[in-house]
Amino acid sequence: MKKMLMTTTIKHHLTDDLLMGYAAGTLPEAFSLVVATHVSLCDECRARLAGYEAVGGAVLEEAPDCAMAEDSFAATMRLIAEMPADERIETDGAAVDHLFPKPLRDYVGGDVEAVHWKSVAGKVRQAVLPTSRDASVRLLYIPAGMAMPDHGHKGTELTMVLQGAFQDEDGLFARGDVEVADEEMEHTPVAAPGPDCICLVATDAPLKFSGFLPRIAQPFIGI
Amino acid sequence: MNERKTSDARWVRLVERVRSEKDQSAFAELFGHFAPRVKAFLMKSGADEALAEECAQEVMATVWNKAQLFDPERASVATWVFTIARNRRIDALRKQRRPEPEDLPWGPEHEPDQSETIALQQESEQLGKALAALPENQRVLIERAYFGELSHSEIAAETGLPLGTIKSRIRLALERLRHEMK
Ligand SMILES: [Zn+2]
Ligand SMILES: [Zn+2]
Repeated sequence: MKKMLMTTTIKHHLTDDLLMGYAAGTLPEAFSLVVATHVSLCDECRARLAGYEAVGGAVLEEAPDCAMAEDSFAATMRLIAEMPADERIETDGAAVDHLFPKPLRDYVGGDVEAVHWKSVAGKVRQAVLPTSRDASVRLLYIPAGMAMPDHGHKGTELTMVLQGAFQDEDGLFARGDVEVADEEMEHTPVAAPGPDCICLVATDAPLKFSGFLPRIAQPFIGI
Repeated sequence: MNERKTSDARWVRLVERVRSEKDQSAFAELFGHFAPRVKAFLMKSGADEALAEECAQEVMATVWNKAQLFDPERASVATWVFTIARNRRIDALRKQRRPEPEDLPWGPEHEPDQSETIALQQESEQLGKALAALPENQRVLIERAYFGELSHSEIAAETGLPLGTIKSRIRLALERLRHEMK
């Protein structure tokens, strides 16, 4: 099964501050989507995340308790009586191989065929996904061999590869890999030869382009 | 720090009774312990008392309703309740959707492995003790992160907590699960 192999080939993982922020529930929604999508494919980060959630359990356990209202238990039992029956565990996704893990499919409204691509420049396409406004997240489609304009970052940028691969100053990023770029980093990602590259990219600040004209449409030669 | 009178293993048994027998007295015991802590957690996170009371009731109703999804080989009951409370907070206070990783459930016929369950619960208790034993300023920083007062870039990656053992325990559980899924 392809799914099982995926978890062993990932080389670039999430950082501790992102996993702890996701466990604490304080990341912008756009970043949470990248974390949830990576964790869906990566048992290493799933286990690390569970560790940070266990810290949350310990914090809850040590919290000073705050008295509940007098009729609280009875009110909760009434809530339970009104609730719809248990949600069953979903099993359909497990047998089928999707390009997009489930959290991403929930935002797209389906797998890769359901994406509403818009042309950016040349053959580069993007689709912005709806999230809260404290950060943004988009799918990027970069034809194999093409370079993105080199750029720096004002905030944090998370790039997760879903199909194909890209190469930059930090190495080769393939399916499941995440690159975490911050203010110190300037890079020129280039889509690797092979299948066209599809990435999920989240940013909490606009990018800073260093060239006068974005070189987005220039095909990269001779990788 | 308040002394723990009940071990994490006991909470696991209570959740199992809620799941298999819809046992209201087991649920009442869970409620008595966790509801006031969830309410305090939500108030520390910025909810006023009325909202915290309402959300704490909803969190406990979810505990009842989703008891069959609790996996004692991968989390303590406190951790599981924390994740439900956290998600309720994101929904009610931040008004945001919460993307969750694709679930990896054991098959319906899976019986939790007793020794793995006990080991995970013990490690969770040790983590709680380690948190309580941290220097005051470090512990407060971690609590503030979980109450939602710090952004991810303000979170120091080094928490000083023994997370390695829990991580490898869960990693093992995931490997056995992947093996079962084959
Ligand atoms: Zn990972
Ligand atoms: Zn970048």
